[in-house]
Amino acid sequence: MLEKAFEGSKKYWAWIFFLGALALIGIYYYLQQFMYGLGITGLGRDVSWGLYIGQFTFLVGVAASAVMLVIPYYLHDYKTFSKIVILGEFLAISAVTMCILFIMADMGQPMRVMNVVLHPTPNSVMFWDFIVLSGYLALNLLIGWVTLGSDRKGVPPPKWIKPFIIVSVPWAFSIHTVTAFLYAGLPGRHFWLSAIMAARFLASAFAGGPALLIILSMIVRKISKFDPGKEAIQAVGKIVAYAMFANVFFLGLEFFTAFYSSIPGHTDSFKYLYVGLDGHHELVPIMWTSSVFAVISLVMLIIPAARKNEGSLVLACIMLFISLWIDKGFGLIIGGLVPNPLEQVRTYWPTMPETWITIGVWSIGFLILSMLYKIAISVREQTAGVEIEH
Amino acid sequence: MSMDRRQFLKIAGISSILGFGASVANATHPIWVKGLDPSQVEPNKETLTAKRWAMVVDMSKFKTDEDFKKTIDACHLTHNVPDFRNPDGSADTRHEIKWIWKAAYENAFPGQPNRFMDEHLKEMPFLVLCNHCDNPPCVRVCPTKATFKLPNGITMQDMHRCIGCRFCMAACPYGARSFNWVDPRNAIKPEAENKEYPTRTKGVVEKCTFCTERLQFGKMPACVEAAPKGGLVFGDVEDPNSEVRKIVSTRLTVRRKSELGTGPAVYYLIGGSDHA
Repeated sequence: MLEKAFEGSKKYWAWIFFLGALALIGIYYYLQQFMYGLGITGLGRDVSWGLYIGQFTFLVGVAASAVMLVIPYYLHDYKTFSKIVILGEFLAISAVTMCILFIMADMGQPMRVMNVVLHPTPNSVMFWDFIVLSGYLALNLLIGWVTLGSDRKGVPPPKWIKPFIIVSVPWAFSIHTVTAFLYAGLPGRHFWLSAIMAARFLASAFAGGPALLIILSMIVRKISKFDPGKEAIQAVGKIVAYAMFANVFFLGLEFFTAFYSSIPGHTDSFKYLYVGLDGHHELVPIMWTSSVFAVISLVMLIIPAARKNEGSLVLACIMLFISLWIDKGFGLIIGGLVPNPLEQVRTYWPTMPETWITIGVWSIGFLILSMLYKIAISVREQTAGVEIEH
Repeated sequence: MSMDRRQFLKIAGISSILGFGASVANATHPIWVKGLDPSQVEPNKETLTAKRWAMVVDMSKFKTDEDFKKTIDACHLTHNVPDFRNPDGSADTRHEIKWIWKAAYENAFPGQPNRFMDEHLKEMPFLVLCNHCDNPPCVRVCPTKATFKLPNGITMQDMHRCIGCRFCMAACPYGARSFNWVDPRNAIKPEAENKEYPTRTKGVVEKCTFCTERLQFGKMPACVEAAPKGGLVFGDVEDPNSEVRKIVSTRLTVRRKSELGTGPAVYYLIGGSDHA
């Protein structure tokens, strides 16, 4: 099937080369970082994690969100998702790959990464994150490849794949729960030290990931003969609406606990992000952008007429995606590290090389995604009209 | 065991053919153990040992800027801690490496100052360093055991195992850990370099080690030696007769963020004393 990724129209190749060029710029800056050190970024002694770890956290959510299609389709036999589910699985593969690349980009000594395996340390959440992420990548590669391969031959997927599919469901929950535990178990980081962190992570993931999938499905439908289905997109829209409601609700719970208790350690990070602290307001505009987009998109998703209109559905999904990207890909990490343990406000903003490396990783992710989708679309275009019993 | 040269060569020859060279070189060992036998080495008699190393900081003994500077410099010069500066000469707060430093009272003990407190009290300098916690979050989170506890209570770092993930920096509630954002060797003056202690590479995390390397040779930590008399008291807190133990059991001391359950081993004496 792989050959299908290498045969395409001029437009397809133009897109591939465009992404490849962005990836090369990213690699160029990464080599600079490799030689010079992470001092090339805007990170420092106080804000020691930033854009890279934020992207990693956000993308773990995108990867986990495939489960929102897998559960209805494989566990509840919801046939409407028969075509779209492969798009979710392939999105997960690309997202996990980006997660791994962002972790590598963030490491001070990337050549020593195998130390995590050579000296396994079960008391470290990062050790478990390493295990669940690699496992999830393997599961999705296997499931996506086997089901699509059967589809091409017009036969139902082999029975032995079913246990893997069932395991992938709790596994998806585990990747985002473990990622939340990276933050939620640290004494002295009040902003992260919250029992609802994992639940919040899952809610935002199940909103943001499927929202991206709706956008991607619309694009796929426009540029190819493959149609994931209007009904399927509408059903995903409802999932996004519920998950986003839960996400906004959970964020509200955090605000309540912080501000009603009025414990300074718990309110300081929120103040820094939303109104500014000690004269530092750098992140206030983007955090409010996130909040306003969250509310508007949620309202649009709740009102049936707006959700059923595909134009406004896509608009809502784009706003929602941007909102969650800011909230989780940036604010969540920086907010946890400001103020520092000595209650000083030290600020952070990504540098140019850091931004290019980030764009480079996203480009590699989209390159993988485009090729995988190309394969899926080619197979599906050929089998269009053939009813497949899963 | 006595054997003549002939016999030795015979056994050695056969053994090396069989790949058992090590067993001949050290006949008392089973063949899978290499290296020295415990009977062949003697512990350094000078080594300072303790069940639990701890430190008492008596800020009343630090009177001048010079007192602080001497103490901090002693540590940073001994351990080749780089000195990153901005072009204008001020400290580069993003890239700086700190093992022991001066923090204002309101920063060392957040939430403690009251609103009537005079500015100079809020700004009163305290020496802060790694607390070598009983229950260190940094050790708990490290994915490679590059930071670990020694039996004597010291929280140590293996610079060659650290992958630079900086999870320990996020976990430490005291801001005691520094990352080498760039090559630190460029920020160490060649004439000031201590050849007795290794410099670090970029991309690893470092911090105070309670001078483990000096204790091994019977020397007190560099900061303790350089501090004004009685300013820093270092010893075995598990030994009922040690000075640190006497201070922490009979005087009012506080520890930074002890409510987090980390069990810091650095105690701050309230009100000063005549203990030294």
